[in-house]
Amino acid sequence: MASDTKAAAVRLRGVTKIYDTGVAALGPLDLDVISGEFVSLLGPSGCGKSTALRLIAGLSAPSAGTVELAHRGALRPGSHRIGFVFQEPTLMPWATVRDNVRLPFRLAHAPAADADVRIDQALDQVGLAEFADAYPRELSGGMKMRVSLARALVTDPDILLMDEPFAALDEITRFRLNNDLLTLWRSLHKTVIFVTHSVFESVYLSQRVIVMTARPGRIGAEFRITSPEPRGEAFRTSAEYAAFCREVSSALAPSYAGQPGA
Amino acid sequence: MTSPRDIIRFLLPVVVLAAGLLLWEAIVRAYDIQPYVLPSPLLVLQTLVGDWDVLSQSLGVTLLTTLEGFVAAAVGGIALALLFNQSKWLEYSLFPYAVVLQVTPVIAIAPLLLIYLQQQTAVIVCAWIVAFFPVLSNTTLGLNSVDRNLSGLFQLYGASRLQTLLFLKLPGALPYILGGLRIAGGLSLIGAVVAEIAAGSAGAGSGLAFRIAESGYRLNIPRMFAALLLLSLAGIVIYGLLALVSHLLLRRWHESALGKES
Repeated sequence: MASDTKAAAVRLRGVTKIYDTGVAALGPLDLDVISGEFVSLLGPSGCGKSTALRLIAGLSAPSAGTVELAHRGALRPGSHRIGFVFQEPTLMPWATVRDNVRLPFRLAHAPAADADVRIDQALDQVGLAEFADAYPRELSGGMKMRVSLARALVTDPDILLMDEPFAALDEITRFRLNNDLLTLWRSLHKTVIFVTHSVFESVYLSQRVIVMTARPGRIGAEFRITSPEPRGEAFRTSAEYAAFCREVSSALAPSYAGQPGA
Repeated sequence: MTSPRDIIRFLLPVVVLAAGLLLWEAIVRAYDIQPYVLPSPLLVLQTLVGDWDVLSQSLGVTLLTTLEGFVAAAVGGIALALLFNQSKWLEYSLFPYAVVLQVTPVIAIAPLLLIYLQQQTAVIVCAWIVAFFPVLSNTTLGLNSVDRNLSGLFQLYGASRLQTLLFLKLPGALPYILGGLRIAGGLSLIGAVVAEIAAGSAGAGSGLAFRIAESGYRLNIPRMFAALLLLSLAGIVIYGLLALVSHLLLRRWHESALGKES
C-alpha cells in the first residue's frame, strides 16, 4: 500500500492499553494518519496521548488491537522509520551536540557512509551548525530541544512523533520553534504526530486536531484546520485562528470536567 | 578567580595548623616533656628526615599494597556491579554477602586471612575487602539511575544490550563510579594499614603501619609520629589525585564538576 499520496502512514485499530496496575490508560482507539499529514493529539494530562505515541513508536506493546506502520520499501543504511522527540530534550550530557545527533548512526546495524554529511545537514536544518562541539549544558532549553529534533531528523524518518516537545519552553521560544517546525515539515514532507495540551499550539501547527477524552483516552472530537499554508505570525493573530481555537477549546472542556482544580 | 573569600578559606586552616604546632612546641618546651612521652613537632620533623631511609622504604611498601588493593577493589567492584546489572538473580544471590563482608570489621577478619593466605596476599585482600563495597554500591546506583527517556531512545534505535551498556549506562554511571573510587582510595589505605598491624604483631612486615607498631614496642615515639604523618599525607595525596581525575573526566558535562558561576 505504498505510493498513493492518500495512503495511511499510521493505522491504529481498536488499540487499548491497560497497565499492570489495572489502570486503563487508553482506548479503544482507531486512528488513521495519512502520509505527510500533521496531526495533533490534544488532551488533558494523563489522558493517554503520550501512551498512544509510545505505542506507535513500539516503545510499549498495546494490550489489545493493532498498530500498523506503512512500509516505504527498503530503508537506506542508517535510516529509521520513526523519529521520536521527547518532552525533555533527552540528550546525553557527556556527549557533544554532534555526538548526540550521531547516536542513531552509532546504534544502527548498518553503518551509514555519509553519516557526517547528514549530521551537518540535520544541525543546519535546526540552525545549530555553529554549536556542533558544544555540550548540552552549555545550551539554552530551546537549543537543547533543537538538538533533540536534529537527532530525530538525522535518520530521515517517515514519521516524526513528538511528545509535548515545547511544553517546558517560554512562549517566545515556543513560537519560534513552532514556526521552524512548520518550515521543516513543509520542506521535508514528514508525517508528524504531535502530542500537546495546548489548544493554541495544536491549532497553529496542525492540519487535523484530535481532541482526546480523559482516561481512558479516546477520540472525543476531530477538527480539520483548513487554514492555508504557509502559516506565520499573521495567522496567529487572525480571526480565523481565534475561531478555530474557540471551537477546539469548547470540545476539550468536557475532558476536564470532574477534574479537581479544572 | 580567587576572591578574598577563597583566600581566607585557604589561609584559615593554615593559620590554625601553625598555631597548633607552635602551642605544641611551646608546651613541650615549657614543661620539659620527654620525647618518649610526647615529642615536639620539630623533633618529629627531624626524625622524619633522619629516618627517611627506613620510612621511605616502608612508605613504598604501604603505597604499593594500597594501590594493589585499590585496583582490585575498583576492578572487582565495577565488574560485580556490571554482573548484577545484567542478572537480577545473581544480584539477589550475592549482594547480601557483599554487605556482610562490608559490615564485618576488617580488623577482626585480618588475623584469619593471615592464617590462610600468604602475608602479602592477605594484606591486599584486606585492602580489597574494605574498599570494594563503595565501588560496588555506587556503580550499581549509577547503572540503575539511567534516564528513562534515553533508555527508550536506545530501545527505539534497536540498541543491543552491549551498546546500551557501553554508550548509555557506563557513561551515565561514571560520576557515581568516580565517587565510589574516591572513597575506595582512602579505604584501601585503611585496609592496608589494618592488615599490616595485624601481620606486624605476628612478627613480619615492613610497611608504615608495621613501623608504627614496631616503634611503639621500642618506645621510639618520635618515629611513630613521623610514620603517622607520612600515612596521613599519603591519604591526602590519594584523595587529591582521585578528586583531580574525577574533575578532569567530568568537568565538561557533570554538575558536580561545574563552577558556581555557570
